[in-house]
Amino acid sequence: MAQWNRSGYFRSSVSRDVNPDLKAERRTASFSVERLTAVLDGGADNTRTRRAMEAVIHRDPVFSREKQYFQSQNERYEAAVRKAVRLKEKMLQRGWTENRPETKYFYRALGGDVAFNVHRVFKNSILALGTDEQIAKWIPLAEKYHIIGTYAQTELGHGTFLRGLETTATFDTSTQEFTLNTPRISAMKWWPGDLGRSATHAVVFAQLYVKGECYGLHPFIVQIRSLRDHLPAPGVTVGDIGPKMNFEHIDNGYLMLQSVTIPRENMLGRFSQVLPDGTYVKRGSDKINYLTMIVTRVEMLWVEVIPALQKACTISVRYSVVRRQSKLNPGEAEAKILDYQTQQQKLLPLLATAYALHFMNAYVNKFYSKGYTEIREGNFDSLPELHALTSGLKAIITDYCTAGAEVCLRACGGHGYSALSGLPFLYTKVAASCTYEGDNTVLFLQTARYLVKCLAAVHAGQPTPPSVAYLSLTNSGKCWVRTEADLLKPDIYAEAYRRRASRLLSTAAAKLQALIQSGAEEYVAWNRCTVQLVQAAKAHCQYIIVKNFIDTVEKLTNEAEIQKIMKHLCDLFALHGIFSNTGDFLHDGYISGDQMDLVTASYLDLLAVIRSDAVPLVDAFDFTDENLNSALGSYDGHVYQRLYEWAQKSPTNQQVSRAYESYLKPLFQGALSKL
Amino acid sequence: EALVLNDPEFQHEDLNFLSRSQRYEVAIRKSALMVMKLREYGIADPDEIYWFKRMCLGSCVEPLGLHFSMFTNALQNQCTVTQQDKWLPLTYGLQIIGTYAQTEMGHGTHLRGLETTATYDPATQEFILNSPTVTSIKWWPGGLGKTSNYAIVLAQLYTQGQCKGLHAFIVPIRQMGTHEPLPGITVGDIGPKFGYDEMDNGYLKMDNFRIPRENMLMKYAKVEPDGTYVKPLSDKLTYGTMVFIRSLIVGDSARSLCRACTIAIRYSSVRHQSELTPGEPEPQILDYQTQQYKLFPLLATAYAFHCVGAYMKKTYHRITGDINQGNLRELPELHALSAGLKAFTSWTANAGIEECRMACGGHGYSRCSGLPDIYVTFTPSCTYEGENTVMMLQTARFLVKSYTQVSSGQLVSGMVSYLNDLSGQRIQPQQVAARPTAVLINDPASLVEAYKLRASRLVEAAAKNLQAELTRRKSQEDSWNRTSVDLVRASEAHCHYVVVKLFTAQLSEINDAAVHAVMSNLCLLYALYGISKHTGDFLQAGILTNAQVTQVYQRVKELLAAIRPNAVALVDAFDFHDNHLGSVLGRYDGNIYENMFEWAKKSPLNKTEVHESFHKHLKPMQAKL
Repeated sequence: MAQWNRSGYFRSSVSRDVNPDLKAERRTASFSVERLTAVLDGGADNTRTRRAMEAVIHRDPVFSREKQYFQSQNERYEAAVRKAVRLKEKMLQRGWTENRPETKYFYRALGGDVAFNVHRVFKNSILALGTDEQIAKWIPLAEKYHIIGTYAQTELGHGTFLRGLETTATFDTSTQEFTLNTPRISAMKWWPGDLGRSATHAVVFAQLYVKGECYGLHPFIVQIRSLRDHLPAPGVTVGDIGPKMNFEHIDNGYLMLQSVTIPRENMLGRFSQVLPDGTYVKRGSDKINYLTMIVTRVEMLWVEVIPALQKACTISVRYSVVRRQSKLNPGEAEAKILDYQTQQQKLLPLLATAYALHFMNAYVNKFYSKGYTEIREGNFDSLPELHALTSGLKAIITDYCTAGAEVCLRACGGHGYSALSGLPFLYTKVAASCTYEGDNTVLFLQTARYLVKCLAAVHAGQPTPPSVAYLSLTNSGKCWVRTEADLLKPDIYAEAYRRRASRLLSTAAAKLQALIQSGAEEYVAWNRCTVQLVQAAKAHCQYIIVKNFIDTVEKLTNEAEIQKIMKHLCDLFALHGIFSNTGDFLHDGYISGDQMDLVTASYLDLLAVIRSDAVPLVDAFDFTDENLNSALGSYDGHVYQRLYEWAQKSPTNQQVSRAYESYLKPLFQGALSKL
Repeated sequence: EALVLNDPEFQHEDLNFLSRSQRYEVAIRKSALMVMKLREYGIADPDEIYWFKRMCLGSCVEPLGLHFSMFTNALQNQCTVTQQDKWLPLTYGLQIIGTYAQTEMGHGTHLRGLETTATYDPATQEFILNSPTVTSIKWWPGGLGKTSNYAIVLAQLYTQGQCKGLHAFIVPIRQMGTHEPLPGITVGDIGPKFGYDEMDNGYLKMDNFRIPRENMLMKYAKVEPDGTYVKPLSDKLTYGTMVFIRSLIVGDSARSLCRACTIAIRYSSVRHQSELTPGEPEPQILDYQTQQYKLFPLLATAYAFHCVGAYMKKTYHRITGDINQGNLRELPELHALSAGLKAFTSWTANAGIEECRMACGGHGYSRCSGLPDIYVTFTPSCTYEGENTVMMLQTARFLVKSYTQVSSGQLVSGMVSYLNDLSGQRIQPQQVAARPTAVLINDPASLVEAYKLRASRLVEAAAKNLQAELTRRKSQEDSWNRTSVDLVRASEAHCHYVVVKLFTAQLSEINDAAVHAVMSNLCLLYALYGISKHTGDFLQAGILTNAQVTQVYQRVKELLAAIRPNAVALVDAFDFHDNHLGSVLGRYDGNIYENMFEWAKKSPLNKTEVHESFHKHLKPMQAKL
C-alpha cells in the first residue's frame, strides 16, 4: 500500500521504482522476456528498429496522447489532423516510406489516433483500379497531400451487399461527362472516414448507366471540395455523421451528389472503360478487386485488432497483480486478485488467445504475400482459398479480440470502467472491427460457402487446397485419452478440433443437400442452414488457429525456455476451447464424459502453471506506457498514484461549472420556501 | 408522461453533442427542475415518482440519485430518533445534498479491507477522520465530485486504542453558501468514464477532519462520550436492503435488454439487405435466419428476466412482512439467490445489449442508435453492488451448504429443494441413462426438470471437488479458491434453472389464448436455446441423448420462424416512448434514414462548413509540400 510521502500530501510525479508486487512477478520469469519479444517481432533487428521508431514518435509532443481521454470530438479531430500533418513531415525528414514493413511500427507507436487513414485506401484503390495514366495523374497529388481522398462505397441504406448500392453515374456522349446522383436518402454515402471535414476528392462507387443500360458498380474520382477555400463543390452536400462509440478523431462523413458532373477520364479504368461513343469495354479479370479487400482485412488485423487484445491483456494482468482484495488465507495480507482461480480463468485464456492470434497473423501474412505475388502475375489459383481464409479469420479474430477486450475491462472491476484505465477506449475501438470491412456473420458464411464447395470436391475425389485438406481424412475411432497428461499431446487435441470441424461441416452440408433434394430452392435452403453453417465456419477457423499454434511452437527449437512456456499457452488455448464448447466435442461421442472431466482438470491445472509467468508474458508484447495510455497498466505499476494524478487533470476539476450557482443554489432556496 | 413531454423546460440539446461538463449541467438542471415539479404537482406515491422520474430524466443518469436513495435511506434506517429529527428535514428540504462514500481507490467488494479511519477523541468528543494512504481515498461515489455538500462516510472506528470495524459517519464536505470544500477536505471528480458522463463520481480525501460524536450513525452501534463502544445486536437485517437493491438490478437488466431488443428488432424490420430470392427486392434483414438467431433468444431472455424481476420484488415485499414479525427463516436463501440472479441476469443482459448493437451493423456503432449509451450505462452493474463473480460464489456457498445439509440427512426447502432428491436417488449415469425419454423437448415443464437435473449434477460435482481438495490440503480458503471455477458453474446452472422455472410458471397465469401461445413459444425458445448453448452439460450428465440434442437444435430454428411474425409486436408491447428509447434506429415510426441525416447535421463537427483544422493545419501543409 502506497503511503503518503513525508510532507503528508501526495503530489510528486510517479516515482521511478517499480511497485514491489510487480517487481516480484518479474523476478520469477521462466524465460527471457527480451528474447520472446524478439520472437514476436520476427528477430531482434526488428525489435531494435521498432523501438527506435517508437522513440522518435514518443519524443515529439505533437504525438502525445496525454489529453486524449479529456478531449471533445472537435478537439480529437483537430489533434488527429495535426498528427497526420506532423507524421508526413517526419516521414519526409527521415525517409520513411509508406509501403515498407516499418510502416506498422509508427502506426503502432501512434496508438491509432491519426487522421487520413482512408486517404491511404483512396491511393491504394487508384493504384489497383486505375490505368497507368490515371495513376500518374492522381498519385503524386495525393502523395503530397495537395488533394485528400476518401473511399466512398457504403451508403446509408446499404452496406455489405454491393449490388444494392443506389448512387448512379450516367454517361452523356454529347458532353463526354458522367453525371453523378444520389437518387434518394438511403443512397447517401455514409460512414467513409476522412469524408466529413477533410477530403477534397473521393473514389465514389456508383451504378454505371450508358444509353439507358445499367452496367453495375464502378469507381469514379469525384472532387467534392474546392481546393481554394475548401467549400463543398457545386451539387455536393457533405458533412460529419455525428458522434460514435469511438473513432471520434475520424470525421466519418455523409455525401450527397446532385447532378455532379465529372469528365469521362475520371472513371477508374484498369478493368472497364466507357469509350467516347458510349461503348462499354471490359478487360481482364476484375477478380483483383477482391485483392483490395483482402489487403485491407489483413492490414487491419495487425494494425488495430490483435494489438488491442494484447494491450488489454497487458493492462488487466499488470493491474491484477497490484490490486489486492480479500484474503486467501486468514492472517495473511490481502491476496493479489490474479491469485484467484476465477480471475485466472478470465484473463489467462485471453493471454493464450493473444499469442495464438499473433502467430496466426504471422502465418496469414506469409501466405498472403505469396498469393499476392502470384495474383499480380496473373495466376488466380490461390485467390479463392486466400479469400475464404482471410474472411473467416477476420471474423473470428475480431470476435475474439472484441469479446476479450471487454472481459479484460470488466475483470478490472470499477477502475476498468474509468476512461483512465484505457480499456473503454480499446474496447470501443476494436468493437467496430466486427462490422467494418465486412460484417462478421456475412464473412463466416463466405468461408462456409467455400468449405461446402471443397467438401463436394472431396466427395468427387478431386484435390483440395492445403488449408482444407483435412476434410478428406477419415473420421473413424474414438479419442483414446486416459490421463490428464495424454491431453497435453498436441496431436490429441488437434485431432479433436479436426473431427469437430469436419463433423459440423458435414452435418450442415448434408442438411443443405437434403433440403434441396426435398424440393426447396437453393437460396431458401441456404438461409435455413445459415446458423449451422456459421458454426461450421467457426469450428474450421478454430482448428486452423490451433494447428498453426502447434506448428509455431514446434519450430521454436532454438529457444528451449520460450518453447516450453509457449507449449503451455498452446495447451491452454486448445483445452480452454474444448472446455468452453464441451457439447460440440461430446456430441458424436468422440470424447467421452469421463475424458471431458480430464479436460477440465487439465485446463484448470494449466491456469496455475501459467499464472507464475503471466506478467513476463505481457511484458514481452513490449508496449510502451505511451502506447498503453493507461493509469492501471503502466510498466511500473503505480496504479493508484496515477489514477489520482490523472483525475486532477480532468476538465471537470479545472473548469468552473455553472451547475451549482445556476441550479443547485436556487433549488435549495426554492425548496426551502415551500417547506 | 404527458405532463413532462409537453413541458418545454425539460427540452434540451441531444446529450451526444455535449461535453461532459455540459452534460453534467443538463443533468443537474433536470434534477432540480424535477424536484420542484414533484412538489408543484404534489406527486408523492413511490410508483408515480418512479414514472415521473423516468420521464423527466429519460435515459439520463442523475447526480442526485444517491441523495434520494442511499443517503436518505441510510439516515432513515441507521439513525437514532434524535439524529433523524436533526438530519431528515434538512435532507428532504435539500439543504444538504448527500452521497454514500464507501468504496475506496484500493478497496471495493471486501469491506473489511477499507482503510479510512475515524478515531475518537474523548477530550473534545469528536471523531478525527483520516485517509492514511493513497489507496484509502474514497473513489467512485456518485454525486461526490461536485454536487454533494455532505457524505455518509464509512470508516474503521478506533476508540480507546482499539479498532471496532467499519461504521458510518455523517461528514460535511462543502461550505454551506459558497459550496467550497471545507478545510481538511480534498474533493473532486474522478474524470471521464466509459459512460455516466452526467454523473460526477468523485474522490474524497480527509486530513485530520473533525466531526462531533453525534455524527456517527448510532441506531445500532454506539460510542459513549467517554469512548466506550457499545456493540450492535444482529447484522442479518442488512440483508434486506441488499436483496432489495439486487432485485432492482435484476429489473434493470430486464429493462435494458428490452430497450436494446426494441431498437434492434425495429431496425431489422426496416433495414433491407442483399437478396434471398434472386431478382426480388432486398428482404428485411429480420428474415435472415442468422439475424433471428441473434435477436429472438435475446427477446425471449428479456421476457424471462422480466418475470424474474417481478418475482424478486414480490418475494422481497412478502418477506419484509415476515422480517418485521421477526421471522428470518427465508432470508438467507433469498439473500443467496438474489446474489446469483443479480450476476446471472446482468452478465447475460450485458452481453445481449452488445449483440443487439452488433446486429445493427455499422449504424449500431453510431451514437444515434442509442445502443452504445444503453451499454455503457448498463455494464457497470456487472461490477457495482457486488462484483458478479463474487456474487456467484456467494450463491455457491449457500448451495454447498445446502448440499452438505442434505448429505447429512437433513432436508432443505425452497428453490434448492431439488438437492433433496440427491440423497435418495443418487445421480448416476446408469440410472439417468434411462431418463432421457422422459425429457420432452416441447414441454416447458419437462425442460424445467432437465435444468433441475443439470443444476443438481453441477452442484454435486462442485461440492465433491471441494471435498477432494479439502482432504488434500489443509486450508479451507485455498480449497475453495481451487474449486471456484466449478462453483461458479454450479451457481450459474442453479440460476438458469430458477429463471426457466419462473418463466414457465408465469405461463399458467396468462389467460388470453393468443398471448399464451406466443409466450409459450418464447419460453420454449428461452429454455431450448439455453440447452443448445450448454449441450455439453446435458450430454455429459446423460440428461439428453445425442439424438435429442440434434432435435433441440432443429426445434430452436423452427421457433425462430414461428416467432418472426410477432417479433415487432413483442417489442412494441414493452411500450417504450421514443424519448425514453433515445434511438434514431428504434423509432416507433421506422423513419430512420431521414432522421439519421437530421441528427447528423447537428454534430459539433458540422457547426461550420469549413472546419478550423483546415486553416490551421491542412492549408499550411499543402503550401509547404
